[in-house]
Amino acid sequence: MNFDRFDIEKVRADFPILGLQVSGKPLVYLDNAASSQMPQAVIDRIVQYQTAEHSNIHRAVHYLSELATREYEAARVKVQHFLTAHESREIIFTRGTTEAINLVMHGYGRAFIGKGDEIILSGLEHHANIVPWQMLAQEKGAILRVIPMNDAGELLIDEFEALFNEKTKFLALTHVSNALGTVNPVKKMIAFAHRHGVPVLLDGAQAAPHQPVDVQDLDCDFYAFSGHKLCGPTGIGVLYGKAKLLEKMQPFQGGGDMILSVTFEKTTYNVIPSKFEAGTPPIMAAIALGAAIDYLNSIGLANIEAYEKQLLDYATGEVSALNGVRIIGTAAKKAAVLSFEIKGVHPHDVGTILNDDGIAIRTGHHCAQPVMQRFHVPATARASFAFYNTRREIDKLVEGIRKVQEMFS
Amino acid sequence: MSDMRQLYQEVILDHNRKPRNFGSILAANRHAEGHNPLCGDHIKLTMNVSDNKIEAIAFEGEGCAICKASASMMTGAVKGKLVQDAEIMVEEFRGMATGTLDPDGQDNHLGKLKVFVGVKDLPSRVKCAILPWHTLHAALNPALNPNQTGSSISTEGEADPVSDHA
Repeated sequence: MNFDRFDIEKVRADFPILGLQVSGKPLVYLDNAASSQMPQAVIDRIVQYQTAEHSNIHRAVHYLSELATREYEAARVKVQHFLTAHESREIIFTRGTTEAINLVMHGYGRAFIGKGDEIILSGLEHHANIVPWQMLAQEKGAILRVIPMNDAGELLIDEFEALFNEKTKFLALTHVSNALGTVNPVKKMIAFAHRHGVPVLLDGAQAAPHQPVDVQDLDCDFYAFSGHKLCGPTGIGVLYGKAKLLEKMQPFQGGGDMILSVTFEKTTYNVIPSKFEAGTPPIMAAIALGAAIDYLNSIGLANIEAYEKQLLDYATGEVSALNGVRIIGTAAKKAAVLSFEIKGVHPHDVGTILNDDGIAIRTGHHCAQPVMQRFHVPATARASFAFYNTRREIDKLVEGIRKVQEMFS
Repeated sequence: MSDMRQLYQEVILDHNRKPRNFGSILAANRHAEGHNPLCGDHIKLTMNVSDNKIEAIAFEGEGCAICKASASMMTGAVKGKLVQDAEIMVEEFRGMATGTLDPDGQDNHLGKLKVFVGVKDLPSRVKCAILPWHTLHAALNPALNPNQTGSSISTEGEADPVSDHA
């Protein structure tokens, strides 16, 4: 796969929003790490569902309920194959990555982590993979240990290994850093944790949309990702968990669908995955996520990864050639995220001025304040790429950065 | 680009580069801190108020150009003013930034501060411009704070945070 063979114009034509004009200029959407855009096939699937398939699931015997149930469960199987999970019952639909991590904190953490126990996190984590564990640590009297990183934004593996002891009970780790783009050597880290009998949760929000993921090959115990960063809608995410762990976990929320029987004396919980899907789930969003996975598969995750790598390499070369611009996060292995700062200009001003040229980037702390503290910056500007971006768009970003520098010179 | 030149006028860029009244007053009798967690803007305001008059005022902190220039120009505009006159300017600046006051069509005391009129078209930046004013309002009203001596305020989730304190 290379720039010549990847039919980028055909891909772009699948995304109606990419034809938008912003500030009178063609939209240049470089905020994909925050949320990706939706192809027509997924939009159509949503319309089709709401037009001719919608009802509540797992309840009634009528036509629509059976149809909606079948499509919802078919989406679960699509996710199973997408993650190369062993069984579809290991796939739990959540509202997003954040809820998936909170589910593990409540269902596993509260049951199996106690006073004095240690939870290992990395310095690269998004707040969603810090705060739930901090809440658990406060409740239980457990301790958080943090894997440090070097100036490139790579985790220090020797220090990681040195954190383990007999008190270590859990490792919560991001697969790919949202703020810097670092791809962590998770397979190696998981194997090390397992040698100490420590289960591992991977935050895959920034990995699943950009590279093939095989949870059996990684051997992670939990894997979480979000639909809206993967060309799907908001309000849907996934928690993969190994069946034997999910089975011994406590339910997260109580309600309908997660029970087998209820009396005022006792409730018997349903089997997995229903045990963790209390209440009516986001049925439409789950089915649309299935359609998004079909769409990504039609392009191929390996092709997406290779194309985005070329985009990132090109952008890294162009931006690092600019005087007065520092790229933050220079790991040897990176996903399509380019965080940078322009000397003397606050990232928010950068974002506003780029917006005037139709260029959408993220500015701020990226919900990763410890990463900002590590690099001694209040915030960064972040361009994040998807397989529908082009080199021409990166050229526009570079022109935009030059304009900012001119204005603030 | 013309829209951006409208917002990032030379006077704003100049105050961003060389903020006036930057630092802190050691023997301040009024102070407040303001944060904008969205962009990391952080302003510390110190003042000396005597006989109901702002005798001295200084700010320090980190922020975007809009926030820093707003703070810098604000300190210049309210120094030597009576507290109630400064409060009127807080209201007027807030009105201009949120689009409820037309600085060219309605009476006001904003003068040079009119250069910030452009932020009303950029909802995500309104907070940046207002933060120093909101911090000033808090510093002038120690009664708003539990410990009566100073205040720490945040603009998280509010385009016009002053309205909560007014």
